[in-house]
Amino acid sequence: MMLENVYQVLIAFVVGGLICVAGQILMDKAKLTPAHTMCLFVVIGTVLGGFGIYDKFVEFAGTGASIPIISFGNSLVKGAILEGDSVGLIGIITGIFEITSAGISAALIFSFLAALFCRPKG
Amino acid sequence: MKKNQLSKKALEYNRLVQAQVPKPPVFLNCCKAFLVGGLICAFAQVVQFCFIYFFDFSKTNAANPTGAVMIILAIILTCMGVYDKISQWAGAGSAVPITGFANGMASAALEYRSEGFVLGVGGNMFKVAGPVIVFGVVAAFVVAIIRYIILAFIA
Repeated sequence: MMLENVYQVLIAFVVGGLICVAGQILMDKAKLTPAHTMCLFVVIGTVLGGFGIYDKFVEFAGTGASIPIISFGNSLVKGAILEGDSVGLIGIITGIFEITSAGISAALIFSFLAALFCRPKG
Repeated sequence: MKKNQLSKKALEYNRLVQAQVPKPPVFLNCCKAFLVGGLICAFAQVVQFCFIYFFDFSKTNAANPTGAVMIILAIILTCMGVYDKISQWAGAGSAVPITGFANGMASAALEYRSEGFVLGVGGNMFKVAGPVIVFGVVAAFVVAIIRYIILAFIA
C-alpha cells in the first residue's frame, strides 16, 4: 500500500512536470505570453473533457493531471455536461461552475482577504 | 522605389537586431519548469492522500479540497512574496498549475490595493485570471452544446 502511494506521487511529479514543460515550450518557442498559454491549455482541457478523455488521464496521473490548469477546463465542461444530461439544455448554463465553484470561490475570497491584511512585497 | 529601399534597410536592421537578442535558454527553462511543476503536483498528491486517509474522502471527492488547499497555500505564499520569486525562476512550472491561477488573482488584488477596494481590488482582481475563466467557460459551453446536438441526433 505504501509503495503504491510513493509510485502515485512519482507519477504525479513526472506528468505534472511534463505538462509544465509543454507550457514552457509554448512560451519560449512559440512566443506565447503566459496568459495565451493558460487560455490555450484551458480550451484544450474543455475539448479533452468533452470527449471524456481527461477523466481517464486523471485516474492514471492523479494530481499530476488534476492540478495543472487543463483540468480547470475539464471540470467546466464536466459540470456543464452532467447538469445538461439531467436537466436539459438550460443545465449547460447552470452547470458550468458546478465543479469549479470551490476553486474560484476560494481563490476570490482569500485573494480579497490577502488584500485586506497584507501589503504587496517585492 | 525609395520607400521600398528604406523598408529593405529596415528589414536588414530587424534581422541584425534579431540576431543580437539573446535566445531564451529553452532547455534550462524546461528543466526548471519540469522540476517546479512536478514538485507542486507531487506535493498536491501528498495532500490528497492526507484527505483520503485522515478525513475519509473518496478518491474522486478528494480532488476538490486538494485544489482548494493548494490555492490557499499559493495565496499565502503570494502574500509573503515567495511565490513571485519562485515564478521568476520557474516560468511555466509555477504558472501552469492551479496555484499560478491563484497567484495571479492574489497578486493583482495586492497590487491594486492602493487604488481602493472597489475600483482597485474589485476591479482588477480578475485582470490576470479573467481570460482563463472567459475562454474556459465559452469553450466549455461550445463543447457541451456540440455534444448535446450530436447526442440528440443519435437518439
